[in-house]
Amino acid sequence: MTITIKDLHKQFGKNQVLKGVDLTIDKGQIYAILGPNGSGKTTLIKSILGMVLPDKGHITVLDKPIKKQWKYRKQIDYLPQIANFPPNIKVKELIHMIKDLRNSPSAEKELIDLFGLGPFLDKKLSTLSGGTKQKVNIVLTFMFESPLLILDEPTTGLDPMALIRLKELIQREKAQGKTILITSHIMQFVEEMADKILYLLEGEIYFKGNIKELLEQTGAPDFEHAIAALTTTGSHA
Amino acid sequence: MLKILKYSFFDLIRSRWSYVYFLFYLTLGFVLLFLNNDVSKAVITLMNVIIVLIPLIGTIFGVMYYYNSREFTELLLAQPIKRSSIFMGQYFGVAGSLTLSLVLGLGIPFVLYGLLRSNAIFDFTLLLVTGAFLTFIFVGLSFVIAISNENKIKGFGYAVLLWLFLAVVYDGLFLMSLIVFEEYPLDTFSLVATMLNPIDLSRILILLKLDISALLGYTGAIFKKFFGTDLGFLVSMGILLLWTVMPILGLGHKAKRKDF
Repeated sequence: MTITIKDLHKQFGKNQVLKGVDLTIDKGQIYAILGPNGSGKTTLIKSILGMVLPDKGHITVLDKPIKKQWKYRKQIDYLPQIANFPPNIKVKELIHMIKDLRNSPSAEKELIDLFGLGPFLDKKLSTLSGGTKQKVNIVLTFMFESPLLILDEPTTGLDPMALIRLKELIQREKAQGKTILITSHIMQFVEEMADKILYLLEGEIYFKGNIKELLEQTGAPDFEHAIAALTTTGSHA
Repeated sequence: MLKILKYSFFDLIRSRWSYVYFLFYLTLGFVLLFLNNDVSKAVITLMNVIIVLIPLIGTIFGVMYYYNSREFTELLLAQPIKRSSIFMGQYFGVAGSLTLSLVLGLGIPFVLYGLLRSNAIFDFTLLLVTGAFLTFIFVGLSFVIAISNENKIKGFGYAVLLWLFLAVVYDGLFLMSLIVFEEYPLDTFSLVATMLNPIDLSRILILLKLDISALLGYTGAIFKKFFGTDLGFLVSMGILLLWTVMPILGLGHKAKRKDF
């Protein structure tokens, strides 16, 4: 078991975002965390990373509780939702800095070539376009060899070529036995990549299973409609 | 923590504002020395500038740096680094680079002028030490304010208010209370009240070391009796140290409990 979550609660002010999430994530699979806007996807991910501190509940990563720990993050590569980087440093310096901070072996050269970032290495991050920033973000995430990958909206701003590369990259990581968590609003991407779907609704896991089970349960003609059906039945329930 | 410190420090050293700050002190040092032609007098004038300016710059720099590096902080939080290391590293990076600007900016003109041969070297060192203390104190306070307020405008407002209170309003209240209660013995009260404000404490500490306490009359004599002794000096330094440590502890406390 890569991650287990038990009875996770989190409240921001009056807004109760997570209301008792129970979850286990098995090794070597791709999980898609889905749910409408504001359903707590990012909060869930950030709780696993220890950036958000849960009010109640218990999380273990690779069989170790994460409360008040930080070393376990060495086992996780995280791609944040919005690529917010310090504006005044160069791409090259940022990559170097993260390498220095993590102090683990990295394969950034190949990734830089793969996404054609060579010409941007000496540019400051504030001058890059959204898509290019996302590519830098991807390089920073994939350059380490951690057993757990968490990708928050990885497709944002990518051109079709880069999207294909990203998919290949994810498949390659999976083939190496890594566990991958993805959130995305692009259903086609999810359908293509995910082994398991976790559907989050109003702060709880509303559905867990593979795409086939989802189609059977909802009786919808395709994946996109099935997700839409989950959302509507959920909010009426 | 040292790696974060290194990056914050070099990031700041390269920024334009550090140079402006450094050049300001450099100019101030040269102008004062060559207009005054007297190291002791230059130290007094400098003190008056420094005692107000350092807290202001420390506060504004601290708040600005915290809010501007929020993205970087979030990036770091997902890395295998201890939370407190991230914030401590940034704090020491900011306070350290400001202190460096101060020490170099004032130190260079004074050394060139021949400070090392004059007997004002102790006064001057004391000035730099209290300056460094004030930098660390106010950067720390501003970090605590910034981390407690998500809203930039609010954070900025509170930080400037705090500076205004300690640098200006506090003295006004202090003086008023002295006038209102002039019938009573106020020796202990004024001693304690001075201790409670790091700006006042620094000012008195420097003034008394400069041997101009005679100008302060009876109060000055009491102060001299206390601060002038080795014990008083040590107590004052201890309190400055306490003022430095408290915001750092507060920062650690806040950092541990915050969601990002």
